[in-house]
Amino acid sequence: MNMDTGKNPDSSGDSLAEILKRDFGDGLLHEQRTLTGMPVFWVTRDALTDVLGYLKGLTAPFDLLYDLSAIDERLRSDRQGLPAADFTVFYQLLSISRNADIMLKVALSADDLSLPTAVEVFPAANWYEREVWDMFGITFAGHPHLTRILMPATWSGHPLRKDYPARATEFDPYTLTVEGQDTEQEAMRFDPEAWGMQRERQGVEFMFLNLGPNHPSAHGAFRLVLQLDGEEIVDCVPDIGYHHRGAEKMAERQSWHSFIPYTDRIDYTGGVMNNLPYVLAAEKLAGIEVPERVKVIRVMMAEMFRITSHLLFLGTYLQDLGAMTPVFYTFSDRQRGYEVIEGITGFRMHPAWYRIGGVMQDLPQGWEKLVQGFLDWMPSRLREYERAMMENAIVRDRTRHVAAFSTAEALEWGVTGPNLRATGCNFDLRKQRPYSGYEQFDFDVPLGHNGDVFDRGQLRIEEMRQSLRIIQQCVNHMPAGDYKADHPLTTPPPRERMLEHIETLITHFLQVSWGPVLKPQESLQMVEATKGINSYYLTSDGNTMSYRTRIRTPSFPHLQQIPSVMRGGFVPDLIAHLGSIDFVMADVDR
Amino acid sequence: MSWWTPELAAILWAMFQALVILLGAVLLGAVLTVVERRLLGLWQDRHGPNRVGPFGTLQLIADMIKIFFKEDWIPPFADRPLFVLAPIIAFASLLLSFVIIPITPGWGVADMHIGLLFFLAMAGINVYAVLLGGWASGNKYALLGAMRASAQTLSYEVFMGLSLMGVVALAGSFNLRDIVAAQEGLWFVIPQFFGFATFLIAGVAVTHRHPFDQPEAEQELADGYHVEYSGMKFGMFFIGEYVGMLLVSALIVTLFFGGWHGPWLPPILWFALKTGCFLLLFILLRASLPRPRYDRVMSFGWKVCLPLTLINLLATGAVMLLVDA
Repeated sequence: MNMDTGKNPDSSGDSLAEILKRDFGDGLLHEQRTLTGMPVFWVTRDALTDVLGYLKGLTAPFDLLYDLSAIDERLRSDRQGLPAADFTVFYQLLSISRNADIMLKVALSADDLSLPTAVEVFPAANWYEREVWDMFGITFAGHPHLTRILMPATWSGHPLRKDYPARATEFDPYTLTVEGQDTEQEAMRFDPEAWGMQRERQGVEFMFLNLGPNHPSAHGAFRLVLQLDGEEIVDCVPDIGYHHRGAEKMAERQSWHSFIPYTDRIDYTGGVMNNLPYVLAAEKLAGIEVPERVKVIRVMMAEMFRITSHLLFLGTYLQDLGAMTPVFYTFSDRQRGYEVIEGITGFRMHPAWYRIGGVMQDLPQGWEKLVQGFLDWMPSRLREYERAMMENAIVRDRTRHVAAFSTAEALEWGVTGPNLRATGCNFDLRKQRPYSGYEQFDFDVPLGHNGDVFDRGQLRIEEMRQSLRIIQQCVNHMPAGDYKADHPLTTPPPRERMLEHIETLITHFLQVSWGPVLKPQESLQMVEATKGINSYYLTSDGNTMSYRTRIRTPSFPHLQQIPSVMRGGFVPDLIAHLGSIDFVMADVDR
Repeated sequence: MSWWTPELAAILWAMFQALVILLGAVLLGAVLTVVERRLLGLWQDRHGPNRVGPFGTLQLIADMIKIFFKEDWIPPFADRPLFVLAPIIAFASLLLSFVIIPITPGWGVADMHIGLLFFLAMAGINVYAVLLGGWASGNKYALLGAMRASAQTLSYEVFMGLSLMGVVALAGSFNLRDIVAAQEGLWFVIPQFFGFATFLIAGVAVTHRHPFDQPEAEQELADGYHVEYSGMKFGMFFIGEYVGMLLVSALIVTLFFGGWHGPWLPPILWFALKTGCFLLLFILLRASLPRPRYDRVMSFGWKVCLPLTLINLLATGAVMLLVDA
């Protein structure tokens, strides 16, 4: 990884560390060595916003607040000389110009769980801080609206704390009385004053419209409260959390291996693309280097899912523009993709097919023919979608210069992936920070110009073409070799090694029943997922289970950005925008 | 048999015709709902409803059973009388317009001198269905839909009437039989092509068919003005839309494509064939086009269609004066 700035004295990261030490000597407590591939600094609470502002103000700025969350450190046994903390809040910043990351951590003690807000420096911190408050009960002084975001307003307790139960058997059975239902309903009622909204302007009363949580164009259980003047959107408030299933909490009670199927369901249109960052991060902890064949198989299947996900996007995007036919065509193409996926993995949407140290099984006989059939079918179809729809005058009228935002605005709000590239920003992790052997593939990164609804649609069609190119190279050059790494922590371990003698049998038994034990460290892997940058930040405490799994998903900040894009727009433009940002609610709420 | 007079026979015959045409229009409207779904299936690379009866032919009966037995729910927050009235207007106003359509030389309900004006009046009344339905529902989506519908229908009715004035001028009559008779030699679609084009657009808009279905845009307003309706009340809006389609198709045929005129085949077949072609066009439009934005639809109506109809009317008048002179 070219992010290993901590070890390379020539890279800008190291000089940055020196500069930080010089300028914030007292505020900088500790530099932590991790497997995250980026410098990790512990800073004091007082210095936090200064350091954040400083990093954002550099000539090559850390301009994107990539992630912000917390860790409950109270039960962590192996803390490797880290500063004393009951809770840690971490801020991961990303610099496009440096192509480097930096992580800041702040230690908090349980009797004073408060931090200054970072909203003034990074607007995108708003939702992340609300999530930290919701999940950990840490307050952010000066936050404009510190309320629950994923859990219902009526919830008590902070679920990601270690003392919060994780199993249903630890709770009383759930009951809901009629009064309780009324209370819940009432808690859902939108209160404009709480959001600082006017109810009227110059004697004209605004209409407050609940778009969702059950609306055909909300793409799942998602609510957007619109403040309307006629059909003009004066302001809007996205409301998420209806799809929250506590994936991060579940990761803390599943073995490293048995959590893989849960990742499939984060971005549920992305299939094995979700497994990739998780197994790559786990392999860093385990120290596994996988064979070339595994890398290429993983790339091929991930790109297959990029195509099926983009086909779903294209159909619904055009349907949101009122064209009812394309979705049926893209779905039948998607079905062809799933036939290939099913032939190889045995499953369609959620194969959970990647393993720590490899993939579940080798490619079946005749897989080349199956994949080649799909590769031959798609290009003419993509051309047809462009001719019939993207060149259509009404589509162009509905999408050109609608809901447009610039690169700077995108970075301000943490937008990544195709939505960022539609603004002309050339940042694709497969090129910038190749993982799983992407550096060996020949493909282009399509870019947009205007960052509008049209560019976001057209760019994804182009991305499908590039994915087809990558898959073609996989078919042509699939390396021979094993589908699992020859490593003691490969899970599940190869069966051939089991029956040698009693010791191997016991090892095998333990590794299948308990799963592997990964060394106490922290690792992180980002991938260019279907909707943007997705990463898993794993903290191991030397156990069979993860101590903390932070899942950073692209759709979360994309939804947070909606109000800043849509103020002053019309309802149909909002629908077009919602269709163009390509989100699924499971990817937002986790 | 002294009571059996020719007058009585004529009255009974007229009543019989009216009944046949009324039932025919309603039934065709209902059948169209299934035909549309089958055709959409064909064009969308899928099957459509093909399970009930051979080739799905009994789907209509299944739908009717369902819609008749569905709970007829009136929301407690709705304005009851208006809520009930709206679907009746929607259904009746367009259905009543069928009285002016001359189907064949011998068939037709009424032979009115003000034929075309009657249609325009009924189309005007039809706005109230959407407006009242949207208002009485007490639902914000319905209200937005009603708002869009009234603005849109008003704008499109302005030039819908004007687009037909060229035809009236050429035929010298508002009576549809006279207009059909006047097309014996040349269908009006040729001298009145712009009139035809604008009337077709206005017709699609007045029936709220795609791509002018902004009032009920599913993706935006979740079905707009009839979102609160269920059971038979929804059915009346629903069938009313198809009856409207049928009416506009029949009117286009009557006004611009020579009505029942045509060689070899009997008049009724010609009329049915031509009308069927326009019904196909309506469905094909829905299958192929995205939906323009609501304000673009308005500006298209006012800035393109209205001037076009005015110029068309002026040109028609000028040519007629020249020819007369």
